Amino acid sequence: MKVAVTSKGPSLDSEIDPRFGRAPYILIVDTDTLLFEVVDNSINVNAFKGAGIQAAAMVSDKGAEVLMTGYCGPKAFATLEAAGIKVVDDITGKVRDAIKTIKEGKVTYAAGANKEAHW
Amino acid sequence: MIISIASGKGGTGKTTISVNMALALGAGVELLDCDVEEPNAHLFLKPKIERSEKVEVPIPLVDLDKCTFCKKCSDICRFNALAVVGKQVLVFQELCHSCGGCMAVCPEGAITETGRELGFLNFGARDGIGFINGRLRVGEAMSPPLIKQVRAAANPQRITIIDAPPGTSCPVIAAMSGADFILMVTEPTPFGLHDLKLAVEAVRLLGIPCGLVINRADIGDRKVFDYAEKENLPILLTIPFDRRIAEAYSRGKNIVEEFPEWRQRFTELFRKIEVIITERGGAAHA
Repeated sequence: MKVAVTSKGPSLDSEIDPRFGRAPYILIVDTDTLLFEVVDNSINVNAFKGAGIQAAAMVSDKGAEVLMTGYCGPKAFATLEAAGIKVVDDITGKVRDAIKTIKEGKVTYAAGANKEAHW
Repeated sequence: MIISIASGKGGTGKTTISVNMALALGAGVELLDCDVEEPNAHLFLKPKIERSEKVEVPIPLVDLDKCTFCKKCSDICRFNALAVVGKQVLVFQELCHSCGGCMAVCPEGAITETGRELGFLNFGARDGIGFINGRLRVGEAMSPPLIKQVRAAANPQRITIIDAPPGTSCPVIAAMSGADFILMVTEPTPFGLHDLKLAVEAVRLLGIPCGLVINRADIGDRKVFDYAEKENLPILLTIPFDRRIAEAYSRGKNIVEEFPEWRQRFTELFRKIEVIITERGGAAHA
């Protein structure tokens, strides 16, 4: 299974970035092999608006089934929902730890956004 | 002739100046309340509202039967109002700035326009003074398109007085651009001066002549006066911090109606503006 994790750096030992749309990196990790693709999200970091929407569309294009992040706003959540991607929010620690938790099945999927939209 | 009454700081007296100048000039002028997020000029002018008009802005409507999910629409959108995910195109209408780019680039002709309600325009009059205001829909974040509609509805044959919103961002620019004169209302306080400087910088970028009204002129310090002198900004009217004026205001009364000597001062304020505009080569509008 492919899982997208928002990250402050480009490796499995990087800290998770709590922001979804404006995280500097998003790692697309294969939970079986731990092989991963690093997506440079700098385009969205500087977006006027709608960073979460575009990050969600990108995560969908990469074929991820789950997104693990800190906060997810309503527009990003709606986009992920349309793409059939499940969200695990309120995640902290390292990317590697997040992958371990999901492999062990110790996650709860979010039913909605956990952050207000901002203008 | 278009005179836009602005300020950096809120609560300096834009509406007071706008309404009293309109009343002093009387029939033939038109007052536009462009503070569409919280219009209040009608509370003081008390016009009879004759009709209202709903204002919409265009937003995209995607025909999924024609769409090939090529993403050209979402790629061109600077505001990320469109997202293509799987076999869906999501439109986040509150992010859309109505540029029409998505429609123009769609190779399938799958995008047409539909409307998003922005708010209302209200049209009225009092004693021959025309009145238009805009009222932004609660929850709507974008006011400039509605402000532009208020301005587009103005009668170009009349002297137009615009009550602008406070600040220095897009809504104010929408209420000032194309005016023949900007009248800045300020107060001699540190906040008043700070925000006045920002507003004057914005006006200078627009290249429109500008003058000041200093309200509650006998409070605070002299720094606004010093700034005006240094920047060559004419002080066209000063209003003292007078309890009688404040009391009249609190009852929704206007200075020129309560204190007849002020009628002439507001007429003179307009004459001074007229002279400055004429010296600059005349108004671009009637």
